[in-house]
Amino acid sequence: MSAVLEGRAEGPTLRQRLAARGIDGATLLVLPCVALILGLFIYPFLYGLMLSFEPKDGSLFGNYARFFSDPFLYGTIFKTLRLAFPVTLLNLLIAIPIAFRVRLMRRQRLLTTLLVLPITLGTVLVAEGMLFYFGPQGWFNRALMAVGLLSTPISVLNGYWGVFISLVLTGFPFTFLLTLSYVTGIDPSLENAAATLGAGPAARFREVFLPLLIPGLAITFCLSFVQAYSVLPSAVLVGDPAGATRVISIAAYQAAFEEYDYSMASAIAMIMGAVQLLVVVAVLGCRSLFYRGPAAGAKG
Amino acid sequence: MTVGATTFKQLHLQGVRREFDAFTALKGLDLTIERGEFIALLGPSGCGKTTALNCIAGLLPVSGGRIMLDDRRVDVLRPEERGFGMVFQNYALFPHMTVRKNIGFGLRMRGVPKPELEKRVDAALAAVRLESQAEKLPGQLSGGQQQRVAIARAIVVEPPLVLMDEPLSNLDAKLRLEMRQEIRRIHQSLGSTTIYVTHDQEEALSLADRIVVLRDGAIRQVGTPAELYALPAHLDVADFMGFRNRVNGELVGMEGEDALLNIEGTVIRGRMRAASAGKAAVAAIRPDDLEPTGTDSGIPVRVEAVEYRGRGFHGVGVTASGTELHFASPYPLQRGAAVRLGADAGRVLVFGDAR
Ligand SMILES: Nc1ncnc2c1ncn2[C@@H]1O[C@H](COP(=O)(O)OP(=O)(O)OP(=O)(O)O)[C@@H](O)[C@H]1O
Ligand SMILES: [Mg+2]
Repeated sequence: MSAVLEGRAEGPTLRQRLAARGIDGATLLVLPCVALILGLFIYPFLYGLMLSFEPKDGSLFGNYARFFSDPFLYGTIFKTLRLAFPVTLLNLLIAIPIAFRVRLMRRQRLLTTLLVLPITLGTVLVAEGMLFYFGPQGWFNRALMAVGLLSTPISVLNGYWGVFISLVLTGFPFTFLLTLSYVTGIDPSLENAAATLGAGPAARFREVFLPLLIPGLAITFCLSFVQAYSVLPSAVLVGDPAGATRVISIAAYQAAFEEYDYSMASAIAMIMGAVQLLVVVAVLGCRSLFYRGPAAGAKG
Repeated sequence: MTVGATTFKQLHLQGVRREFDAFTALKGLDLTIERGEFIALLGPSGCGKTTALNCIAGLLPVSGGRIMLDDRRVDVLRPEERGFGMVFQNYALFPHMTVRKNIGFGLRMRGVPKPELEKRVDAALAAVRLESQAEKLPGQLSGGQQQRVAIARAIVVEPPLVLMDEPLSNLDAKLRLEMRQEIRRIHQSLGSTTIYVTHDQEEALSLADRIVVLRDGAIRQVGTPAELYALPAHLDVADFMGFRNRVNGELVGMEGEDALLNIEGTVIRGRMRAASAGKAAVAAIRPDDLEPTGTDSGIPVRVEAVEYRGRGFHGVGVTASGTELHFASPYPLQRGAAVRLGADAGRVLVFGDAR
C-alpha cells in the first residue's frame, strides 16, 4: 500500500494526510466492530422501534398511549428508579472509601479475583443463595433469634429490600472494580504534593482526588445504573413481582410472553431505554462541568 | 496546623535509614544543616536522593533514625504538619487547576486572605517568568514551564525548609542559568534553608554553601564547593567533580606529600588522597589539567580525536595499554599524532585501592 501512496513529489502524501485526520491502517480494525454493532444492536433496535409503532389496535402511538395511561404500567418506571438509583448510589458510596484503602494494598490481585466471582456467578445464583440465607430457617433469622433480637422470623425477601440487597451484592463488585481503576489512576505524587503544601486528608480528598475522580465516577454511576435498571431475575425471585418490585422489565416480559403482544413489549423496551438514556445523559452532562484531562502530573 | 513551619536553628538527620523490603535505600544518614544554608545533594542516579528528600518531607516514613528541628522531633509528624516546601522530580502539578490555582494552593490551605494570596501568587509568577501563562492548565505547558510552576508553588508559601528535586533538569542552558540565580536570590531573600538535589556538579558548585555527595544510600563526603572541587576524598566523589581521567598505576614511593605513581612506565607525581594497602593506585585528573608537555616527560598517548572547544581544543588520547585519556590542548593536533601528557602534581589525585 505504501508504495502506491508514497513517492508523490510535493506536499504530504495521501497517507500522511489521512493519518493527520486519525485514519490509518489500524482504523480498519474497527470494521468488524461496526458490523457487530450494526447487526446485533442497531438492527434489532430499529426493528423494535418500528414494531412498537404497530400496535394491535392499529394506531401509531397506541402502545405508548396505553403505557402512560395505565398506572400499573407507567408506575414500573418509578418502581425501577426507586430501586436502581439508591442501589447505584449506595454501591458507589461504599466503593469509594474501600477503593481508597485498597489502592495502598500490595495484594490487590487476590481481592480483585474474589470480587470478580459474584459477577461471574450471576444474579440468579445470588438470589438463590439469599433465599436460603434470609429464609425463615436461614442463618440470618436463626442468628437474630438466637441472640434474642427477634422472636419470630422476619421476612426480608419477597419485597423491596430483598431485591435491594440482591442488587447491592451483584452490583458492588462491578462498581468497585471500576472505581478502583479510576482511583489508582491518580498519580500518588499529587497527594504528596498537596500534603507538603499543608493540605490535610480531608482537604486532599476534596481538592485533589474528588475533582479528578468525578468524571470516572460519573461513568461508573451510569454503567452501574443501567445494569441495575434492567434488573429482572432477582425482582422475581427475591422480590414482590406483583407489587413493590414490579420493575419495568417484568412489565415487558409479561407483555411479550404472557400477552404475546410483542409490539407492546417493544414499546416498553423503548421506554426503558429512553429512561436509561435520560439519566445517563443527565449524569454525563454534569460531568462536562468538571476537568476531564489525564489524572497525572503531566511531564515532558 | 504546621508545627514545623516555625523557624529553627538547625536541622539534624540522625542515622536516618530507609528500607524497601530487603533493599536498603538509605544506610543511616548523619547530617546537621544550619538555618539559611543552601545544601546541594549530589550523587549518581539511584543513590537515594529522592528517598532522602521524601523522608525529610514526611512522604516516606523512616525505617530508623531521627529527624530533628533543634530539639523537636519531626520524623513523627505528617507532611502537612511539617510544612516543608517541596519541588517534585516529576513536578506533581494538579492537572485540574490553572497555573495560578496551583501556585495559590498552599496559601489557600494556610488560610491566607484572598487579596494577599493574589499578590503573592503574582510575585511568584513574576519570579519564574510565567505571568503570561497564569490561566493555562499544566497539561498546556511545556516541560520547562511546568517545572517553573512547581518551583513557584513550593516557594510561594515561604517555607522554612525547601526541598528541591532536580528542579532545573528540563530547562535549556540559558533559562537554567537564569532560574539558578533566581533560586539563589529567593533563597537569600526568604532566609530559608534549601536542600537541592542535582546531578549537575556545576549547579552544585555555583549554588551551594555545602555539598553532600551521596552514593549507594550513604554519605561519601560533605564539604564546601571549594573543598570538594579541589580535594575530593574518594574516587567516586572525584568522578562527580569532573575528574574524568582515571589511570591505574603502581605506587613507587613518596616525596613529602607527593606520591610517585608509575603509569605504564612513566612516573608522575600526585597528591595522595586515600591510602593504599598494596601498591596499586589510581590517578584522577581533570581533562582541563592534562596537557601535552611538549617534552619527553609525561604519559605517551596516540591522539584519537580532537574537538574544537572555543578557547582551545579537547583531545582524546589512548595509552599503549588502551586507556583513554581526555586532555586539553591550546593548539590543534593531528589525529594519530604521538604526544606526551602531563599535569601539575597538585592537580593529580592519587587514590589507593582501599576505597
Ligand atoms: N518504592 C520503592 N520500592 C523499592 N525500591 C525503591 C522504591 N523507591 C526507590 N527505591 C530504590 O531506592 C533507590 C534510591 O531511589 P531514589 O529515587 O531515591 O534515587 P535518586 O537518587 O533520586 O535517583 P535519580 O537521580 O535517578 O532520581 C533506588 O535504587 C530505587 O530503586
Ligand atoms: Mg530522584
